[in-house]
Amino acid sequence: MKRLVILGAGTAGTMMANLMVKKLPKHEWELVIVDQNRTHYYQPGFLFLPFDIYQPEDVIKPINDFLPKRVKRIVAGIDRVEPKSNQVLLENGELITYDLLVIATGCNIAPEEVNGMMSDKWYKEVFDFYTYDGACALRKKLQTWEGGKLVIHITEMPIKCPVAPLEFAFLADAFFTEKGMRDKVDITFVTPLSGAFTKPVASKQLTYLLKEKNIKIVADFAIERVDSDNRKIHDYGGQEVDYDLLVTVPTNMGDPMVARSGFGNDLNYVPTDKCTLQSKVADNIFVIGDATDLPASKAGAVAHFEAEVMVENMMHFIEGKPMRFEFDGHSNCFIETGHGKALLIDFNYTHEPVEGSFPLGGFGPLKLLKETRMNHMGKLAFRWVYWNMLLKGVPIPFVPATMSHAGKDFSAIECD
Amino acid sequence: MTTTLAGKEVNVNAEGYMTDLNQWTKEIALEIAQQEEVTLNEKSWQVITWIQEQFKNEDALTIRKVGKSGVTDIKEFYELFPNGPLKKASKIAGIPKPVSCI
Repeated sequence: MKRLVILGAGTAGTMMANLMVKKLPKHEWELVIVDQNRTHYYQPGFLFLPFDIYQPEDVIKPINDFLPKRVKRIVAGIDRVEPKSNQVLLENGELITYDLLVIATGCNIAPEEVNGMMSDKWYKEVFDFYTYDGACALRKKLQTWEGGKLVIHITEMPIKCPVAPLEFAFLADAFFTEKGMRDKVDITFVTPLSGAFTKPVASKQLTYLLKEKNIKIVADFAIERVDSDNRKIHDYGGQEVDYDLLVTVPTNMGDPMVARSGFGNDLNYVPTDKCTLQSKVADNIFVIGDATDLPASKAGAVAHFEAEVMVENMMHFIEGKPMRFEFDGHSNCFIETGHGKALLIDFNYTHEPVEGSFPLGGFGPLKLLKETRMNHMGKLAFRWVYWNMLLKGVPIPFVPATMSHAGKDFSAIECD
Repeated sequence: MTTTLAGKEVNVNAEGYMTDLNQWTKEIALEIAQQEEVTLNEKSWQVITWIQEQFKNEDALTIRKVGKSGVTDIKEFYELFPNGPLKKASKIAGIPKPVSCI
């Protein structure tokens, strides 16, 4: 009997378990998934928790509800992977050997990486919204906050769901407007990049949103420290920004298990072939989702597109055939702009987001890079798709793993 | 689109960042540095070489990474390339500007 071990039962790991169960014959393969948590979080929903659009119960379900019965479930922390001996050491001392390993341990925030970010003001005046606890704490804060300087801040790239901080700013504008207190709130968006939008087409199409919503931008801000006593953030170049309420996206890092295994990069991401998704650590280790070091977005949609490619490559690997399925960095996401509207973007490693229609070229019904109500409905409907189709590995109609060029307007940019 | 730098025609994007590192030369770097009002010294060239290596390895460039590079520290990086060092150093090194997905 051979054994496939999947580390992590989040979005990527759960999808892989569901897809591989269908591919691997029962009498030949045993499937094992390891995760210390019992709860599956719908992470895209964290953005909506602070603004009371979602309730906490909308974003949590038991992990076991989404795993096939055939998959053996181990609830334990992972100490390390030992690629040379094909085994995983668990924190409880148990050893599991594998023939094939999938690393899907994701990434998490590391606020301790910035001086002063973790202080006695954490979850009082300084918040994250990338964790369930952070989003719930912020939700409580916003219920009674009387206004002042709201600073939304990105520490450094790469981060999970790179547009979420901007969406947070848009939703905050709508939230305070609807509460009748927008005039009491000053919103500033602070980014280490050159602006809120960094790609030429998106920048040209979307910069109006910031003006319209009266959101100030501080760009090229590389944070050095948080001065939580005086409510200021400082950058290495001497810039400083005052806040009353700081909503920060701390440094994102891969799981400490990767560092303990000795094969991560400086942010604990696993070196991965960007086309085949095979690790550069060992041939029988594949990596998916936020755990990789790929130059693609860290997002559930990317994990979903990766899964389709990876399953085929893993089957070829098992059969000893060359891998020929290539991931193109395909990603898409809805961007909430507040007041019941959203944008949709679709892009890959080489193509930036452009205008057009999606998923059916020329027809839509969703519009790319345009604010519409339909896109917002799409984002809300996606929660159902996530729980009922995506995690279970049910193909999503009309949305292939590699990016379609149909119905898109690439005339505004040069393609290579 | 293309532009002429140091007497050579090179491919650039709308913001003037080179799109083909193979076309990069030291003379081109000097001309971009002049446009950006940056003076290059020996240390600057070491940083530029290190940045180009990161790009070739497809490693994302961040200020933190520069700080841990062993070539320079963050304070010195700001002195070498004042006002948005990552952006300016990338432009001079002939690699794309660090970006997000939109």
